[in-house]
Amino acid sequence: MAAATAGYKLAAAPKAGADSQGVKQHATWSPYDDNGGTCLAVAGADYCIVAATTRMSTGYSILTRRSTKILQLTDKCVIASAGCQVDMKALQKLLQSRNVMFQHNHGKPMSCKGAAQLLSNTLYYKRFFPYYTFNLCAGLDEEGKGAVYTYDAIGSYERTGYSCQGSGKDLMQPVLDNQLKAASPLLVPARNSTTTLPLEQAIDLVKDAFVSAGERDIYTGDYVEVLIITQDGIRREELQLKLD
Amino acid sequence: MFRNQYDTDVTTWSPQGRLFQVEYAMEAVKQGSCAVGLVSNTHVVLATLKRAQNDLSSYQRKMFKIDDHMGIAIAGLTADGRVLCKYMRNECINHRFVYEAPMPVGRLVRQVADKHQVCTQRSWKRPFGVGLLVGGYDRSGPHLYNTCPSGNYYEYKAMAIGARSQAAKTYLEKHYESFPTASVEAMVQHGLRALAATLSEGELTKANCAVSIVGRNAPYVVIEDDDVEPYLQMLKAEEDAGDAPMAADEAAAGGEAAAAAEGGAAAGGDAAAGGDAAGEAAAPMETE
Repeated sequence: MAAATAGYKLAAAPKAGADSQGVKQHATWSPYDDNGGTCLAVAGADYCIVAATTRMSTGYSILTRRSTKILQLTDKCVIASAGCQVDMKALQKLLQSRNVMFQHNHGKPMSCKGAAQLLSNTLYYKRFFPYYTFNLCAGLDEEGKGAVYTYDAIGSYERTGYSCQGSGKDLMQPVLDNQLKAASPLLVPARNSTTTLPLEQAIDLVKDAFVSAGERDIYTGDYVEVLIITQDGIRREELQLKLD
Repeated sequence: MFRNQYDTDVTTWSPQGRLFQVEYAMEAVKQGSCAVGLVSNTHVVLATLKRAQNDLSSYQRKMFKIDDHMGIAIAGLTADGRVLCKYMRNECINHRFVYEAPMPVGRLVRQVADKHQVCTQRSWKRPFGVGLLVGGYDRSGPHLYNTCPSGNYYEYKAMAIGARSQAAKTYLEKHYESFPTASVEAMVQHGLRALAATLSEGELTKANCAVSIVGRNAPYVVIEDDDVEPYLQMLKAEEDAGDAPMAADEAAAGGEAAAAAEGGAAAGGDAAAGGDAAGEAAAPMETE
């Protein structure tokens, strides 16, 4: 009896989750993967430009050069998401289903504001296992002015004049801040920050921003889908970036 | 059809092997205003006659979009039709979510028919009192189906349901051989003419009829009010040029007293007395 209990000390017992050295192990598998890519949206007086790269990466490899990050909900509202593409796909499918349901029940398309709120609620639903997506909701508001809403992964959002998300955002955001000269978002009441730039100049700025980000961010490259949303509908342009 | 001792429950058979409650439900379909459907090689056209309860109310909507590639026209209890419409829309949305493809029309119609059948075999339920004309376009082409409260469904080249639909069917039977190669405009004309044949009084106006078209490269669209006026003008022009269309009129269809059969509330069933008696008498329920 004494011999059986002699060698046992509680303090010496192995800790749960620890390996033989006593070091706690972390999971070696993650449900998330960052597929890179950048997206950007700029709101104008009567237009909205939404652009996103088409490269999908994993680690240091490219999975595909042509995959879209943009979901067109209505003629006046699109959603762009950077981050984990599988979560983006699931999120966009869900939003599209809700959009179709809305149109059936209300007989008209969702407003941009409504879609923005829907996206926020959908993201928060998964507060404790988030969609690893960094989203932009953009389009024209009910008055025909450009609207951009920017989100974090769990649905916190605000309306701004322009925003970018994704791997290249830290490279792009200062360029936009400088050129679009927005009032500080800290001012109260919120200032209207839609740009007064004419459409063509804004498109050039967007393209330049992507080219610049593409120089230094390895995940930004291949092609950029540029969607120009106006009262007449949505026009699509494509910009080629470096393939390296 | 007269009252008898076997018609109280839907779960009671008659000695002749009939379920009277189901047959009575099919009568409700015949009370609704007419809906017509026809198919060509590339498109399906549905046309409906909208009825207004009275001068003050709006005309009851009878056509519903289910998905971009599918729509329905209903005849009978509108409320039952709305429930089925909601079910069908939901199924299509789910199908697109799971398979990233539009739902095949026949499969959905079969599901709807199964839903109908359930209500014919439960003592605590009643059969749906609505008939659907389902028009859709999928990978196997354009299709037109008719479902009825019994749970049966058939695919058709052209079909009409509702009040005085026999007149429309007669017109369709005369012309159906020209449908496969007909243009969309011709199809709409045929649909409207078939519909006009069922009118007991008055004529087609932009307020009381609606047309919908779905087909290859043609997402479902409803044409009503001002949009249907050009088609009506074309119809009128042909009429003035040629013979007036047949206005079929069954002997029984005299009185127009509103039937309270299904307890029609303001938004309730589009009912009128004088159902489609001729040629529908014996055992309307298919027993195959």
